[in-house]
Order: sequence, then C-alpha cells, then structure tokens
Amino acid sequence: MPTIVVDVMPKPEILDPQGKAIAGALPRLGFTGFAAVRQGKRFELTVDGEVTDEVLAHAREAAEQLLSNPVIEDVVNVEVLPDAAGHPAEGPTA
Amino acid sequence: MSTDLPLIGDFSTAGPVLTGARVGVVTFPGTLDDRDAARAVRLAGGEPVALWHAETDGGAALSSLDAVIIPGGFSYGDYLRAGAISRFAPLMDAIIAAAGGRDGSGSGLPVLGICNGFQILTEAHLLPGSMIKNDHLKFICRDQALRVENNATAWTRDFGTGEEITVPLKNQDGQYVADEHTLDELEGEGRVVFRYVGWNPNGSRRDIAGISNAAGNVVGLMPHPEHAVEAGFGPDSDHGMRMGTDGLGVFTSVLASIAGETK
Repeated sequence: MPTIVVDVMPKPEILDPQGKAIAGALPRLGFTGFAAVRQGKRFELTVDGEVTDEVLAHAREAAEQLLSNPVIEDVVNVEVLPDAAGHPAEGPTA
Repeated sequence: MSTDLPLIGDFSTAGPVLTGARVGVVTFPGTLDDRDAARAVRLAGGEPVALWHAETDGGAALSSLDAVIIPGGFSYGDYLRAGAISRFAPLMDAIIAAAGGRDGSGSGLPVLGICNGFQILTEAHLLPGSMIKNDHLKFICRDQALRVENNATAWTRDFGTGEEITVPLKNQDGQYVADEHTLDELEGEGRVVFRYVGWNPNGSRRDIAGISNAAGNVVGLMPHPEHAVEAGFGPDSDHGMRMGTDGLGVFTSVLASIAGETK
C-alpha cells in the first residue's frame, strides 16, 4: 500500500531544546563539524488504495490540523513514498 | 472525643457547599490532577462535577455548570504534542463554544486550564501561543513563586494585583512560547495573568506562567494552584512546613465571579 510521508520541523525562530542537546552530544562522540542540530518529526500515512490528488490534499490538511501545531511547527514536506522496489511513486507528488 | 484530636486535616470529601456554584472538572485518559482540582473546588466552597472527555452531549453536560476546570496530567501520554489529541475530544467542542469561541469575545463560561489543561487550551486555540520542552530538558517539580499580574480575570479576582503567591510547579513541557507580536499583544492588553518570580524555571518567554483570553474568562497556567489549597499539604510558607494555601484564591475567585454574575 502506498505511503505518504509528512515531515514536521520546529519553526526556525523557536528554540529547539532537544536539537540543542543532541548538538552538545555529537562532539563528545567525536562527530565534529556540525554547527547545529534541529529535531523534527516524520509521519508515515499508509493509504488504503490509490494516492489521488484528493487523498494528498487530505494528508496536507491533516498535517496542518493535527500533525503539526502552526504556532511552533512548520510542515516542511508532504510526499508520496516510492515503493519498496524503489520505483518512483505513482500518482501525483508533492 | 474527637475534640481531643489535633486538627491536622479533614479527610472527608463531603464538605459543606457554600455557594451552590457547580464547577465541572474534566477527566481525559491520562489526567492526573482531576481529584485534586475537585477537592480544591470543594474546599473553596463550590460543588465539583466530574466531566468525561468523551461526553458527546457536551452542551447538555455544561448547561448546568457555572465554570469548568481542565486539570493537569499527561492526557494521551503527551503523544504527538502535549494536549494535541485531547483537544479534539468530543467535550472540547462544547467547552470551546461555551467559553465564547476562539475570538475571545463576550463573557463566556469561566474555563481554567492547569498545566496539561493549559496545553490543551492552547492546542484548542482558546489561548494563544504554545508550550515546548523545558529549556533545560528536565522534568521539574518545585514550589514556585508567582506574581499575580492581572486580578481582573474570573480566576484571580480574590488576589491583589502584584500579589506574590507560591504554588507547586511540575512539568516537562512548560516553556511558554509565542511570536513577539502575540507576546506584545498579551502584555499590552494585560493578559499576562501570572509571571514567574525570582527564577524562570523553564525558559518561558517573558517569564510568563499564565495568560488569559481577551474577555478574561479563560485562563491557563502551568503551575498547580490546586496543590496549594490545604494546610499540611501545600508548599512551605511563613506559617510553617507544608502550610501554604496560596492556590485557594484561584478557586474562591471563580466562585466569587459566579456569585457576582448572578446578583
């Protein structure tokens, strides 16, 4: 079944305490050269049937209404996931 | 011989109802402080009424109530975002409507959100802004000093303006954030109701601990007034260990507001 991916990130002007903590841990493990880390959320919506324009529009609506809080987060990506064989997604993409 | 016993605490739940005011207390899956909030209402002299989040006829459930409290806890385990799922509970639509809608106009039903209840009210857009994780990333539990910045709301009229109170604070996602324009608006309209004093425990913008809607009937705050309503079980105070009852004023305030309305 096709899957729609929704990526949500904290707004740039909102301090991301979790990302900051991760950024602090990286150099302790020897991973230097990363100036900052921001942590977001990825949702995978499995679609029962074909991904039509309407389904994709619903996914976008859900992303704005429930999956993200517009006060502190941005929906940065809504796209149809390529299938397991790596074929490009059928139907419309974001 | 009960008169010989030291009066440490009255554990009975059936106290006298002084005002006849009925205050609903909402329970969601994962709510923790509903019993404490109900007890605070009773100690203040009102009658607490249990409300279940899945109540589908919310209008009828609220019609006999004078105010509603959305208590603290971890509704739905804070999954997705704190308050994000509770906000869509069937009862919430009725509460939003009874409170006067999202534009904050009119004088609607007094609604108080404490901690997770505050988070639910922001997710429901009854109050502006949002809460993110504490800036130090730790759960925090302490007695916290607050300043009452606005005593004109339904929930603060028994306090003096600028009065300092101490009530427990306990949360993980307590950092209040909003854009600068919203913060300026809140400050300009006197809608910052409570501010942290002495120390900002979570990185909240402008030390904000609690805010109201424009009409002043909807108030949300992160600290817990319902845990400071009974001598022997509250924060330490000048009167002795655990003797702080500063939170009681929140609950007597709403009863006074209700009584004032019906005069």
